[in-house]
Amino acid sequence: MAVRAARSAGFTAVLLLFLVLAGSAWTGDAPAAHNGTPSTQEDPDPHHGTNATNHRKAFPVLAFNYDHVRKPFEISLWILLALLMKLGFHIIPRVSHVVPESCLLIFVGLLVGGVIKAMDEKAPVLDSKLFFLYLLPPIILDAGYFLPIRAFTENMGTILVFAVVGTLWNAFFVGGMMFAVCQIEAAQVGHVDLLSCLLFGSIISAVDPVAVLAVFEEIHINELLHILVFGESLLNDAVTVVLYHLFEEFSHAGTVTVGDAFLGVVSFFVVSLGGILVGVIYGVLGAFTSRFTSHSRVIEPLFVFLYSYMAYLSAEVFHLSGIMSLIACGVVMRPYVEANISHKSYTTIKYFLKMWSSVSETLIFIFLGLSTVEGPHNWNWIFVIFTLVLCLLSRVLGVVGLTFIINKFRIVKLTKKDQFIVAYGGLRGAIAFSLGFLLTDSEKKHMFLTAIITVIFFTVFVQGMTIRPLVDLLAVKRKKESKASINEEIHTQFLDHLLTGIGDICGHYGHHHWKDKLNRFNKTYVKKWLIAGERSNEPQLISFYNKMEMKQAMMLVESGSAAKLPSVMAAASAQNIQQQREEARQQKLLKISKTREAEIRKVLRANLQKTRQRLRSYSRHDLFMDPFEEDMSEVRFRKQKVEMERRMSHYLTVPAKRQETPSVRKVWFEPEHKVYTYDDSQSPRSGAIQLNPRPSDGAALLDGSPQGSEPSAAPQSADQSERQKPSRCLSDPGPNEDEEESIFFSSR
Amino acid sequence: MGTLQSSPAPSEYADLSEKTGFSFEQIGVLHKRFRHLSHNDNVLRKEDFNGIPDLASNPIRTQIVEAFFDQRNFSKDGDGKVDEIGFEEFLVVMSHFRPPSLPMTDEQRDSVRKEKLRFLFNMHDSDNDGMITLEEYRHVVEELLSRSGALGKETAKGIADAAMLEVASISVGHMEPDEFYEGITFDHFLKLLATFEIESKMSVRFLNMDTITLCK
Repeated sequence: MAVRAARSAGFTAVLLLFLVLAGSAWTGDAPAAHNGTPSTQEDPDPHHGTNATNHRKAFPVLAFNYDHVRKPFEISLWILLALLMKLGFHIIPRVSHVVPESCLLIFVGLLVGGVIKAMDEKAPVLDSKLFFLYLLPPIILDAGYFLPIRAFTENMGTILVFAVVGTLWNAFFVGGMMFAVCQIEAAQVGHVDLLSCLLFGSIISAVDPVAVLAVFEEIHINELLHILVFGESLLNDAVTVVLYHLFEEFSHAGTVTVGDAFLGVVSFFVVSLGGILVGVIYGVLGAFTSRFTSHSRVIEPLFVFLYSYMAYLSAEVFHLSGIMSLIACGVVMRPYVEANISHKSYTTIKYFLKMWSSVSETLIFIFLGLSTVEGPHNWNWIFVIFTLVLCLLSRVLGVVGLTFIINKFRIVKLTKKDQFIVAYGGLRGAIAFSLGFLLTDSEKKHMFLTAIITVIFFTVFVQGMTIRPLVDLLAVKRKKESKASINEEIHTQFLDHLLTGIGDICGHYGHHHWKDKLNRFNKTYVKKWLIAGERSNEPQLISFYNKMEMKQAMMLVESGSAAKLPSVMAAASAQNIQQQREEARQQKLLKISKTREAEIRKVLRANLQKTRQRLRSYSRHDLFMDPFEEDMSEVRFRKQKVEMERRMSHYLTVPAKRQETPSVRKVWFEPEHKVYTYDDSQSPRSGAIQLNPRPSDGAALLDGSPQGSEPSAAPQSADQSERQKPSRCLSDPGPNEDEEESIFFSSR
Repeated sequence: MGTLQSSPAPSEYADLSEKTGFSFEQIGVLHKRFRHLSHNDNVLRKEDFNGIPDLASNPIRTQIVEAFFDQRNFSKDGDGKVDEIGFEEFLVVMSHFRPPSLPMTDEQRDSVRKEKLRFLFNMHDSDNDGMITLEEYRHVVEELLSRSGALGKETAKGIADAAMLEVASISVGHMEPDEFYEGITFDHFLKLLATFEIESKMSVRFLNMDTITLCK
């Protein structure tokens, strides 16, 4: 009952939003009339102005001047309503499971466009300038900044082949075949020449990053396929830019010579490499700037955004590939910037990028819907149908053919299932539409636009909606939800070095060799320049470990803070034991002495302050690793308390044979990362050591004594170490637990 | 083992090919490399690996070289270390890095994984007691961080300890107060790296080996 009420409330809310959206467009024109009238009223006054002002107008207490704020008001209203739409979808859960968000947004755009049209008004259209300069960059920057580098570089060859060769194939195949189709008398489109067809082919052939992101986001496919399709959609921008400009130039000229074709090839390299170069320059500049921002932390995020945007715009000035420039800038800048900026700035960057890209995406899809309703159409059955069929056909042929060649060079071959997903994931989107919109010729333009919109709709609606059930049906591997594991990181690094070593022994200069050389170059030269202070020497494993510790400490703080206790309990697998331990720990937290705190704070600051959390998943709307927005100092204080706590509860045992060997070495941590060992023979007691390992969620790092009254051995261990010399470590629970525990805490 | 072998003629390649899974051309190329490294001798010694300059800057250099002389990697029941190896042993060690041949059944994949993970395990378990103890694991991490000086040593211990905790928690779960964790057994190791796609990650392209620069 309540659910139904909520749902019907949701429906009415959504309906209301439609009407308001439509109304806003209408009010856009209305005030023009409004402001006319006051001015006419003004006119009589000057006539009397020369005379002594006999009668004065009463001071206007309340005035209406919409024109003044019109433009920003409308923009804000549009964005606001678009986002409310997005919210609205989640009130209707069943729909959002089946239909991807992009489809719903286009649908909304269609509806609003329809309403506006019914009111005989002119709706705003997806202006190409608006799209390319304001709406597209945030999405690309978000994607580029959080690009999973390892997966990307490992599959770089494959991605490049798909992007370059695949797009070229698509463009020429579709263009050529469409020209053949246009020759059919029945179509009545004989006036379309070869060059125009090729231009059309080049517009429609590019896989669109926005659409791919929007759809693939929700299906959580495995990393390899995601990076293949997504990487292709990013890198094919250079090809699209070159082909588009090439054919546009020549369609005016009418003919193409061999020299022009050659220049086109050269132009491709210039566009792509030039774009990357521009991006790298701005990236290095940004990284260098971030080195000096330690005193003005507040503006750090702005540097990242501005340098990246400048990279995009600078590339666009020279007709280079703006997308590749943006990606290169983000990729180059990120490791150095992250080492330099504060944690808050990092969070800000992450949030802002995701926010902007989310807004952009929403707006793009709504405008796409609007433009569909609005734009002058020239529907030609044969042209449109053939375009659609040929697009699909060329995509499938291209992927299959290229995979056949690529598989000869890949270690991990692409299976038929993979090929199907890659082919099926070749969605077209707003870039194709905007490029079509930029065309000048009006007669062909409308026909092209209609066909482009049809293809976009088909790919986004049909392919977008069916890809999820297909992925389930084909049992394609999903993204593995792996927590950041220190063991995996150790072994990843270990394998890297191992494979480099084996490659060197074989004398084979492969992938690993060059990566190793790049890393070494990076470490010896680049890092010194671009990273401030001592962070420049920190090896990757240590940074990773620090990040993990940070995360654990934060999670502990979260669980320690009373207000959040219930939710965290639900999150971590709550058991009674754990709960009691939490409460017990909370009480312990309060007893730490001040001097010890200061000491610990200093030490931990050195290790923890500038660490970051690395995003493992590049899901765009996923911000699961940042639970807090609290003030840093307060958090730090608690973190350190908890951190110290955690470390003391951490202890391990070393070797094995309890009965056989006389000396059992035991190990224990202190917060300062020092590890003490001792031999059993020296300890007053011998016997069992406890280990209570817990997964890295950090929520339960104390050892597991079922009763809350018997606290961890750790505090006692720490306590006993007080009594012994630092070179010795300690042992296991004795009889007077509580007493020792409080001694421990108060004395330290 | 440890028997010296005379350099195999191409007819013996068939045997090696069957044993290790390399193709004839790959074996031929690797043989050329072997002869180059061993200075045209029939056996390879540890000092011969010093002739590879790129290897010198590798942090886990010693462990890699050790792995070649570890009899556990030659056969299932092997034990202990040898001082010199022949071409067959060289090839057997290299075969651990062969890329998986598609398509693989699940059992094949499993056995390939086990084989590769066994190799890694042997590299970590230097005293051959079937377990990676905390000391050994610490050594591994220290080696990895060996380029970062004093800072690395302390943090290495912290990292290794945290890693052991993680292994213990994955393998053993909740432990009673009087139990303790001895070391990582091979089963735990398998479980630990269950999500790690070792069959594809741990492979070197032996395909285009004609591009070797023999002068290095």
